[in-house]
Amino acid sequence: MISILNWIALLGALITTIGLLLHQNWRWGVGLLAILYLSVFWWVQIHWPVSMATAKLVTGWMACVILALAKINAGTTEKVEASWPQGRLFRIFTAGIIVAATFALSLRASGLLGLGLPLVWGSFLLMGMGLLHLGITAKPFRVILGLLTILAGFEIIYAAVESSTLVAALLSVVNLGLALAGAYFMNISQENKT
Amino acid sequence: MSAPFLWIFLPLILAGLLLPLRNRNVVVLVSCVFTLFLTLAAWLLPIDTALTIGNWSFKLTSSFEILGRHLILAPADRSFLALIYGSSLFWFGATFSSGASRRLIPFGLAITALLVAALAVEPFLYAALIIEMAVLLSVPLLSTSGQKPGRGLIRFLIFQTLAMPFILFSGWLLAGIEANPGDLGLVQQAAILISLGFSFLLAVFPFYSWIPLLAEEASPIAVGFILWMFPTVTIFFGLGFLDHYTWLRDASSLGIILTTVGILMIFSGGLLAAFQHHLGRIMGYAVIMETGYSLLAIILGEKSGLGIFYLLFIPRILAMVLWAFSLTILKEHYPTLALDNMKGLARIWPFATSGLVLANLALVGMPMLAGFPTHQAIWEGLASRSLPAVFWVLMGNLGLFICVLRTVYTFAIVHEETQGGVRETILQRILVVIGIVAIFLLGLFPQWALPLWTRLPALFTHLGQ
Repeated sequence: MISILNWIALLGALITTIGLLLHQNWRWGVGLLAILYLSVFWWVQIHWPVSMATAKLVTGWMACVILALAKINAGTTEKVEASWPQGRLFRIFTAGIIVAATFALSLRASGLLGLGLPLVWGSFLLMGMGLLHLGITAKPFRVILGLLTILAGFEIIYAAVESSTLVAALLSVVNLGLALAGAYFMNISQENKT
Repeated sequence: MSAPFLWIFLPLILAGLLLPLRNRNVVVLVSCVFTLFLTLAAWLLPIDTALTIGNWSFKLTSSFEILGRHLILAPADRSFLALIYGSSLFWFGATFSSGASRRLIPFGLAITALLVAALAVEPFLYAALIIEMAVLLSVPLLSTSGQKPGRGLIRFLIFQTLAMPFILFSGWLLAGIEANPGDLGLVQQAAILISLGFSFLLAVFPFYSWIPLLAEEASPIAVGFILWMFPTVTIFFGLGFLDHYTWLRDASSLGIILTTVGILMIFSGGLLAAFQHHLGRIMGYAVIMETGYSLLAIILGEKSGLGIFYLLFIPRILAMVLWAFSLTILKEHYPTLALDNMKGLARIWPFATSGLVLANLALVGMPMLAGFPTHQAIWEGLASRSLPAVFWVLMGNLGLFICVLRTVYTFAIVHEETQGGVRETILQRILVVIGIVAIFLLGLFPQWALPLWTRLPALFTHLGQ
């Protein structure tokens, strides 16, 4: 049963990260990120107590709320980035490459780390998709989504090897800090207008 | 009281208190007095030893427990604390006559405290997380009010954030190596992860593209502070790795990698600087070259002692503060800092332009200026190992020197819009003159800096001993 749930979490991570890549609307972005943290929660609670894993979930959702509020406050409409590849086909193709590459990598890494394939693949997938996100955008909001995705992927695998409360607390602070930095980026250009 | 409370939590508290204050002079004065106090305390107060004055006894304990882990500032760390808070004093003092103080000081103080915490935390690998927190605090410091964040700031955030997972994960692998030193596959993986982590963190070639961009976008004094503080702490953090892991210290390829990267940074930094048309970007490339010099100094002193490496810091802080301060004066009136807009400025801004040129020359390694003795020692040490290596390093320096010539030519050009008297305020003139005199004095009497750094080697148990 747990094994099936691990694969469901992986499916959830796959759908949300591809969705993050494809959807340019910020509401979809924030919503998909919030769903992504459910997968992260599931994998983290395998190695950490549920209370600490819940803290990670809540932190992730808080980051989403911060970004959403900042976006509403900034009140600007998103412009399409002219200099970056925009086609959905291109994004699906690159996402496919990431999925294949992370699968190949995780086959070897799961044996090396002694962790289940869905967990390792899920972690690498998030990190890969986050990096891809950073590679094809220059918008602050999108960059923060990419960084949060990478960190989410890292936290899944790091939770399996490190269970320190201090690390959990510091990682939560870093996640919230990134969201606040994103909020700051979105609102700073409004300072002079108000 | 514990030492971490004094040098980490107290500055954080003060940073929080200074943030809402409106009076610029009060903020600068309080921060300068406070950092001076912390510097003197680091130099004079013993840690873990009772200090008795009459009937009154006082002891600074070295450890502070937080969430099951410890922040430890041992007696050997005192010289490092003096260096970090002493340099902060220079930066905060330089904001006396510029508008940057209201942001730089509270955030700068908090960043300094966090970076000290990064080197104090045990296990020391957690430093990567605390450095990331300091990076996040740098965001408001480096952004310009009313403007969208530039590419430099975004890249700074991305690259510094990417460093954290690599370093944390390499720490886990390193623990595995300690348990099983014969596993070469594990050693290789850990080495790759550490290299990537530090390449991002230290903005090593080719991950330094954010430095010139940031130097172009943000306030020069804020950028100068960040480009001084982060590389300095990161290098000490990296040396902690070398000191802690014997296999890493003894790796035969370490010397080759660090030397190659150092030379690449100096050469590419100098070469790219020679073609710049922006005074801020030139400072950025000079900082990249200085990181390269630090790497070379580490390798040259790995066996015989890190003396040259430690001696790099005083000339560097003097030159960088003077450079950033002079740029700040000019930026208040010429916001773009493009060389094309700087024609004839030596006539109306003689102090700022002189400070800028001399700081640039000091980092080139011009004789009689502060940077010369240390740079000369590195050139000499490198020449004894490889003449081609020193050739490429000198080519890099030539690139930066060409920048000085171009800058001087632009400043000295006769231009009709630059008529009239000297425009710097008295305070700005005094601060620039102090900086220039200090750069000359340290160039003429480099031995004056020696007593300050006799204690720094105690930071490391194995390295350079």
